[in-house]
Amino acid sequence: MAEIVIRNLRKEFGAFTAVKGSTFTIGDGEFFMLLGPSGCGKTTTLRMIAGLELPTSGEILIDGEDVSQKRASQRDIAMVFQLFALYPHMNVRRNISYPLISQGVPRAEVAVRVAEVARILGIADILDRPVGGLSGGDRQRVALGRAIVRRPKAFMMDEPLGALDAEFREHMSEELRALHDRMGATTVYVTHDQLEAMQMGDKIVVMNHGVVEQCGRPQDIYDHPATLFVADFIGSPAMNFLRFQGAVHAGDRSVRLADLDIATPEMQENHLPGALVLGVRPEHVVLSDAAPLRAGVLATEYLGTTQIVTLDSAFGRVKARVPSDQPVTVGASVGLAFDAARMTLFDDASGRALRSAANRGII
Amino acid sequence: MAQVDLNGLTKHFGATAALTDVTLTIPDGAFVVLLGPTGAGKTTTLRLIAGLDRPDAGDVRIAGQSVLAVPPAARDVAMVFQQYSLYPHLTVRDNLAFPLRSPMSVVPRDRIAARVAEVAEVLRIGHKLDNKATRLSGGEMQRVAIGRALVRNPRIYLMDEPLSSLDAKLRADLRVELKRIHQELGATFLYVTHDQIEAMTMATHVGVLDRGRLVQFGSPRQIYEDPVSVYVATRLGQPRINILPADLFGPAPAGAAHIGLRPEHIQTGQGRSAHVVRTEHLGDQTRLHLDLAGHAIIALAPQGPLPVPGDSLALQPRNPLWFDATGARLAA
Repeated sequence: MAEIVIRNLRKEFGAFTAVKGSTFTIGDGEFFMLLGPSGCGKTTTLRMIAGLELPTSGEILIDGEDVSQKRASQRDIAMVFQLFALYPHMNVRRNISYPLISQGVPRAEVAVRVAEVARILGIADILDRPVGGLSGGDRQRVALGRAIVRRPKAFMMDEPLGALDAEFREHMSEELRALHDRMGATTVYVTHDQLEAMQMGDKIVVMNHGVVEQCGRPQDIYDHPATLFVADFIGSPAMNFLRFQGAVHAGDRSVRLADLDIATPEMQENHLPGALVLGVRPEHVVLSDAAPLRAGVLATEYLGTTQIVTLDSAFGRVKARVPSDQPVTVGASVGLAFDAARMTLFDDASGRALRSAANRGII
Repeated sequence: MAQVDLNGLTKHFGATAALTDVTLTIPDGAFVVLLGPTGAGKTTTLRLIAGLDRPDAGDVRIAGQSVLAVPPAARDVAMVFQQYSLYPHLTVRDNLAFPLRSPMSVVPRDRIAARVAEVAEVLRIGHKLDNKATRLSGGEMQRVAIGRALVRNPRIYLMDEPLSSLDAKLRADLRVELKRIHQELGATFLYVTHDQIEAMTMATHVGVLDRGRLVQFGSPRQIYEDPVSVYVATRLGQPRINILPADLFGPAPAGAAHIGLRPEHIQTGQGRSAHVVRTEHLGDQTRLHLDLAGHAIIALAPQGPLPVPGDSLALQPRNPLWFDATGARLAA
């Protein structure tokens, strides 16, 4: 069990800065996601927490103790990799026992702990099987068992499901999350898959080019992105961006796009006249015949419960998520209305979200 | 472009039956997606059409003519593999132009240049045309591989999970692009994937494979709304359909062993009380993980205040799907 505090953490590889001064806190018992595209610094961050890389500067505190310059073996952290390596010549029991035996834990104690782990993971019946003939799922469970059996302070997972096919991945992600709910151990999990992050995480840090763009609960990040990058990276389809020229005054409850007034949350900062972006999630776009903002229907994509409608408006392409039983005709002209309470305004140049009554206290 | 007919296709690899008696028509101009997990026989089907493997039994007809005796290069099909294979010593431009310069096609130079530019534009690699193929990211290489198929005008495009190695954003963009290309060219596609979103959004027809057998063929909407079995029902839909004992909510039709509930088949507010175990915020939807008498159920959160773990929530089915003990759908 551990709280992990990251302060001004920085990592340089020669002239390349992989992590540019990250600060965030991983709460005790949290399932914490490091999310971002490849090359964003998420794996480097994880490896620094685990002690596989030493930071160039900054602090890593585990339960208040600065471990940033300590060796991995002194940090009491277990790491689970994407390509789980098992000892092929040992059976399941020996694979799981190995970390304890190499630490010199007494045999009786080893037996008790292996049995406990096998019960948690539901693999008690295969303990005496060789690992060679196991299914992918069972191999992954054995790899997890080897991490869990040490009872470390925290688990580090680097895209542990990355190599699996979609169906099995979904199954294992549910299993991992359920396991976490039973054990309550602090877990730091690296992924580039935003849905996986939303689905499994208590908290998410979104990274881009070595910088932490936002840290928060999944729903808060989704509803109130701090930057254009986060708004675009989280959600599928991504948030719609309607670009326009305008100004904002604190207290405004609408913005003017060309000759249309669009209602917004109450704005809480000023913005000089310039390039602005109105961000609206596809499910907050309503197709309404009465709305003055007109758009032509370009395409529909059937998704079962819902459908995605792609529209062409004067402010660019807009995607709407509407129920699949709502009739929509390709080629038709429709009106677009937006859910005012859930939209975000961004400064186009910096990509930063403007403060409003909706995102106050979150960004 | 042409219609492709598969008739009784069967293929074994040693003792393993990879494909068993698959009969299927890919109509001219259709976008057919074969959906199934690893090992279902998807790639084998493509390879038999392309001529990379020979069937043990059955026939492949393109535009009405059997092609079993025709060598792969003469079948006039274009195949895109899951793992891109480019000529590393050539530029992107030359990689794209290569199929058009083959001795089997006579395309004038200016026509080649125009076609390469057009395809590069669609796949957003126009600015990389003069790069060596090895100086590209994985996503760019895969787009070049797709482009190499698209420059040609074959009788059918065969695609083997071409998007699976790309990141989520690029995948979403290319889904829309491939669909647009299909509509504009009026081309015939046979596309293999285990990704249900790709199947639902791109296909005109979906074929569901289960351990080498074609178990259902129809429009995405038919497959989703009217599945023939539990297996097919669990292929499409996020969250996945809940399969529960038939009598969990009361009397079931004769012969029913399981009730299948998609999120839209669950009505909250009345019925049996379930226990909220966990809520999952996915942004556009909030999923409720429920426990009802020891059975796990995933539902979508209703409008209004969000339940929290520990709450109770009453549920009842609405127009559910019924399945018998073998997993087959009961006639409605």
